[in-house]
Order: sequence, then C-alpha cells, then structure tokens
Amino acid sequence: MAEIETKVKKETMNGAKVLLECLRNEGVDEIFGYPGGVLLGIYEELFHCDFIKHYLVRHEQAAIHAAEGYARATGKAGVAIVTSGPGATNAITGIANAYYDGYPLVILTGQVAVTQIGNDAFQEADIVGITRPCCKHNYLLKDIKKLPQVIKHAFHIATTGKPGPVVIDLPKDVIGNKTELKFPDKIELPGYNPNYVGHPRQCEKALELLCRARRPVIISGGGVIPTEGYNELTELANKMGIPVTNTLMGIGTFPADNPLSLGMMGMHGNFWANLAVSNCDVLFAVGTRFNDRITGNVKKFARDAKIIHVDVDPCSIGKNVRVDIPIVGDSKNVLRSMLDMYDASQPNIYPDDKIAWIKQIDEWKQKRAMPVTNTDKLHPQNVIEKIYEMTKDKDAIIATEVGQHQMWTAQLYKFNKPRRLITSGGLGTMGFGFPASMGAQVGQKDRLVFNIAGDGSIQMNIQELATCVDYNLPVKIAIINNGYLGMVRQWQEKMFDKHYSHTKISSPDFVKLAESYGIKGIRVTKEEELEGAIQEAINHPGPVVMDFIVEPFEMVYPWVLAGKPINQVLLSNECKCED
Amino acid sequence: MSKHRHTLSVLVQNEAGVLSSLSGLFSGRGYNIESLTVAPTLDPAFSRVTIVTFGDDAVIEQISKQLNRLINTIKIVEFSSEDCIDREFVLCKVNVKEETRSDVLRVVEVSEGKVVNITPRVYTLQAIGNESQIATFIELLRPFGIKELVRSGKVVISRENEFINVKQNVGI
Repeated sequence: MAEIETKVKKETMNGAKVLLECLRNEGVDEIFGYPGGVLLGIYEELFHCDFIKHYLVRHEQAAIHAAEGYARATGKAGVAIVTSGPGATNAITGIANAYYDGYPLVILTGQVAVTQIGNDAFQEADIVGITRPCCKHNYLLKDIKKLPQVIKHAFHIATTGKPGPVVIDLPKDVIGNKTELKFPDKIELPGYNPNYVGHPRQCEKALELLCRARRPVIISGGGVIPTEGYNELTELANKMGIPVTNTLMGIGTFPADNPLSLGMMGMHGNFWANLAVSNCDVLFAVGTRFNDRITGNVKKFARDAKIIHVDVDPCSIGKNVRVDIPIVGDSKNVLRSMLDMYDASQPNIYPDDKIAWIKQIDEWKQKRAMPVTNTDKLHPQNVIEKIYEMTKDKDAIIATEVGQHQMWTAQLYKFNKPRRLITSGGLGTMGFGFPASMGAQVGQKDRLVFNIAGDGSIQMNIQELATCVDYNLPVKIAIINNGYLGMVRQWQEKMFDKHYSHTKISSPDFVKLAESYGIKGIRVTKEEELEGAIQEAINHPGPVVMDFIVEPFEMVYPWVLAGKPINQVLLSNECKCED
Repeated sequence: MSKHRHTLSVLVQNEAGVLSSLSGLFSGRGYNIESLTVAPTLDPAFSRVTIVTFGDDAVIEQISKQLNRLINTIKIVEFSSEDCIDREFVLCKVNVKEETRSDVLRVVEVSEGKVVNITPRVYTLQAIGNESQIATFIELLRPFGIKELVRSGKVVISRENEFINVKQNVGI
C-alpha cells in the first residue's frame, strides 16, 4: 500500500506548479502581476521558480497594459496574473484595450474556491461574466486535470486569427489540487478555424481591379502587424506604384520614408491622405476595421471607389463600409498570392495614370497644418519632432497615451518599421502608454523606449514609476505638459464656446515627484534646452521623467470634426479646406 | 433595406456560459431576439440554439458572423420559411362557460390541439404548429378569454437530406 502511494505522488504535481510548467511549455519566461489571497499557492510556486520572472506592478490595470506592451514589442503573447475580485475588475480596462486593438494576452485571474462561487464570498467577482464581451475567449477552470489543455488552447486562441486576450479564471481550491503534468499534443477546438488563405479567385479579382485602377490607394491597418504582411504590402505598392496611407494602428507597416507613403489618414490624419482616399477609384484596405475615426461620415466615405477589403476576421468585412471584393485571409498570404499572380502575368498597370495620380496627391501635399499659436512657450510639436530627430537612428520604441500628444506623435514621428509605435487606438485608454512602455522595455531590453505622455494621462498610472525603479526599466517618459486635458479642451474651444468645463488639470511637480521615487527628473521650458535635455535622458542609464512645459492652447490639426466626411479638413483655427 | 424575420439554427458546444455569451452578443450589439430555444442534441456534448431575430440583410450577416466568431460555436445555418420545417409548442388556459364550451373544443379540434386539463371554468389546451398555425390558434381562442399563455419558441429542421452536425451524417 505504501509503495503504491509513493508511486502516485511521483506522478502528480501541485496545480500551481503544473500551471508554471505549462506556461514554460508555451515559451513564457516573463509575466506581470500582483498577488492576493487566492493566489497565495501560485505565488508560493513562483517563489521557488527559476524559469519565470515575475514583475510586480503597482496596480492590476498596469499589469495588463504592460503585458500588452510586451506583446506589441515582441509579437509573443503577453501574460499577466491578478487576484480575484478587485484585482480582476481592475484588469478589465487592460483586457478591453487588448481586445479592441487585437493583441495577444493570456490573463490569469484568481477566483474564490468553487464551493464559494456565487455566495458573495470575500473578493469574489464573476470575472468570466464580466470579461465575456471584452475578451476573445475565457475559461473558468473547474477541474485541475483540464489545466494543461486550457493553457494550450488559451495561447492558441490568443495568438491566432485576429489576436486577442484570453482570460483563465483559476479557483483557489482547483489550483491547489494535484494533477499529472502531461502536455496535450493536440488542439481540439472544433468551433475555431480562422481562415488564413484568401480565396484565390477573390485575390485574382482584386489584382485585376488594382491593375485597371487609375487612382488607387492602399490603406494599411493594424491587422497587417500580427499577420506580418508588411513586406509583401511594401513590395506590392512599389511594384504597382500605388500610394499607401496608414491608419493609426497601421503606422509602421509601410515605411514613412517611402515616396509612396501618404502617412496617417483619418480624423487627425494628413489632409492629402484623406483627399486621396476620398477621390480614389479603387481602395485596397488591408487589416482595418474601418473605425469611425478613419471613415468620418461613413455614407460619404470613398463614394466613387470600388473597395477591396482583406481581413482575417470576417466580422470586420462589410460591418461599417460596403465592400466590393471581400477577402477573408491573413495579409501575408493574400498579398503573397497577389504578388505571385502579378509576377506571373506582368499585367498592364497603366503607369501614366498612376503617375498623374501621384502628381495630383503631391499638389495636395502643399497644404499643411502649422502650429496655430504664436507663443514664446515651447510648441508641443517641436518637442515631439526633436525627440524624433534624436532617436530616429536608434530604432526606438515609442509608446503614447491618448490625446493631443498621441496625435502629434502619430503625425510627426516617422515610423519606418512595425512594432515601433505602441498606442491605444480602439479603446483610447489614457494611462495605457506608460505601463505599456515598461512591458515593451521588458520585452526588448536593449532598445531605447520612450513614453510620450500628456500631463493628464501620465497621472492615470503614475504609480508605476516604482515598478520602473524596482527593475531598473530605463523608460524615458516625456510629459507634454500643457495643464489641460488637451484634446477635450480642443473640442470645447471649437464646439462649446471655449467653456473649458473641468479640463484644466493640476499636476504635481513632476521633477520632484520623479526624484522622490529616486528617478532622474528634468524640466524643460525653453526651445534651446530641448536638445540637451533629451540627450541627457537618452544617456542616463535608468528611467527619466522629462517635464516639457508647453503652450497650453495649441490645437491638433488637421482635424475632421466628428461626423463630417474626411475630405472636409480643418487645417488651422481660421482656415477651412473643403474639397 | 427592409427588415425581415430570420431563423438561425446554431450548433454550440454544451458548456457553461455559452448561452450567456450568445445572448450577451445580441444585447451588447443591439440585435433583437424574438425567441430563443436551447436544448442538448443527441450528443449531449453539443446543444442546438434556435434564434428568431429580425433585421435587414446586413444586420443578419453581422449577427451570423459574430455568432461564428464565438469559440464555442460550431455551425450556423440561416433558414427561410421555405427550406425548413418549423414548429412551436404552446400551452394556454382559456375561460369556458356553458355556452362557449363546444366552440372552444371546435377550435382545439380544427387546430389539431389537445385539452390537457379541465377545471369547471378553465380549460388548459396545447397545440403544436408552425408560426402561422400557432398565431391562428391564439387568435381563435382570444375571444373566449385567454387567462395564461406559454410558448416554447421555435425549433426548426431542414427539409433537405443534409444534416447540420459536428460529425457528418450522424444525427446528433
């Protein structure tokens, strides 16, 4: 009897240990998290674990954002662990953010014991119920034997198709049970079969239409990043001479220094990019959801164009704009097969028409938005341009928060590669950028990582300065400090008679604050101090907070007011351009 | 585009929370549910959900795609009235008086229904039929005074010799 017992003991393992082994099996070596009562068993295993490094954050929301920053910078799934109840509810914003922008996360949430679920136990929340509409899939683990399979499925679902967050809720008693460590060799998900290869006939029709086009434009969206179609996209555009514009999420998928690049389009996109999309005859959209920030008034969007839409998620196709040629598939496969067809047949592409079209766009390019205020204070745009100049040769990663500084970064920082701009596009989460930049720094330890922030946004997750100190994450935080919630203030100025209702925001002395954390703080108030300060921050081996005191009343232009067609662009306070 | 009524037959994995994610999708995206019926299939690992909804073609296409996107959804078939057999079950309590008793019984007879319980003043009736048959049954009983009415929601099966199953040609 005693012999049999030892044999059984040998084969089984504590559930928490199995969990860590399963994570290792998925290639996870760094996770972000915050402990709590129901996670004690897992944290005990982490204490003894030498193959997973845990980063302790200061707020659960930041753990999820950091994991997303990690995922965006590396292309791997980010992993975060948070406790039950408030730990898990704090994580919701992070989960929703990753769901909107389509980045892979596996989030482990603690849960009260199965026997207590539904009894309003201490720190209980129905996290599977709460996260259902804002995650790609979720699990409540009720049987420890299923843990290896659930982990395998979770990583598979998170990283394939349109990537997204997967939540696994782990009740305390279940994870405390023992089980056998046996990695599943198969993925059994009969209801989940993303279509990766575009239909060949559809690809052929799309290519024919593009070849015949007189005024074609490509929109390259965020979906091109996970499906890694950027090289094919660039090749196709170059070969056929088609200008390319990016959505905010698609920035970096087409090199900004390519002569065919029109830069960003949409609400604060380039005037000429919006005009090109409005006047094109064939619109080739790859990996974009046609969000309202891109389309403006959807009824007037690209009215004369035939639209080809490639997306790995069938739901994105035909949701917001009508599509003439839908192609469900991943961008790399679809563009590769179009390129193969093109190379094989060498069709006539009417190069003269395409050159005339680009000439027309070049004329539109003469109209540019300029800083609107005449001031002796720092122009926020100049700060961002200076950061660009001083980091462009360093292959830096730039994370932003949400608001004016985000739009200026998207407009003025020229990204030539994907996974260099990390920004919250769909959900528009203030407080995302700083923790995301920490996660990016963890994922890319040798790279220079900047967080361009506003004075409002940075205060939403400023507690993470302590995390940067603990792990010496040398993130350079550039606060574009204008004393207002600038983007909302801008709308109030234009649409609500300058009634700045609750948008004037006070801040601590950021330099002193940084110093109280043991971080280097630099204040910049004059143009001539810019270069030295940024250089000092880059040279400093640890994290740095730069407080740029800028002109408060600067506006982001170009600007398409919400609900207007995207060719009705405001370029300054006075000028109004309609075309 | 005009709005029409559509019937969706959705095969799902029979797991906790599946119905919630499905119905949550309708409420979260502002789609309508007119009726919804759920029961396990022959293989208890799967359930069949029959949803009656209405909207224009674009909305129905989105609903169908969104349902398909759920990880636990195996297959979705959209039916129009011609290509399927649809049935609904109804139970109803109706007032009866001496002078109306035979009229009530005649309605039951014509509708191929049944009297399932009798009390001196109230009859409980059942009927099975397609949408229009059930509607007629209810309209015919309304003048007598319907005290209570319970409907099952619609279930459908295709007319064709095709089987909407996980494993081909196994009737779960």
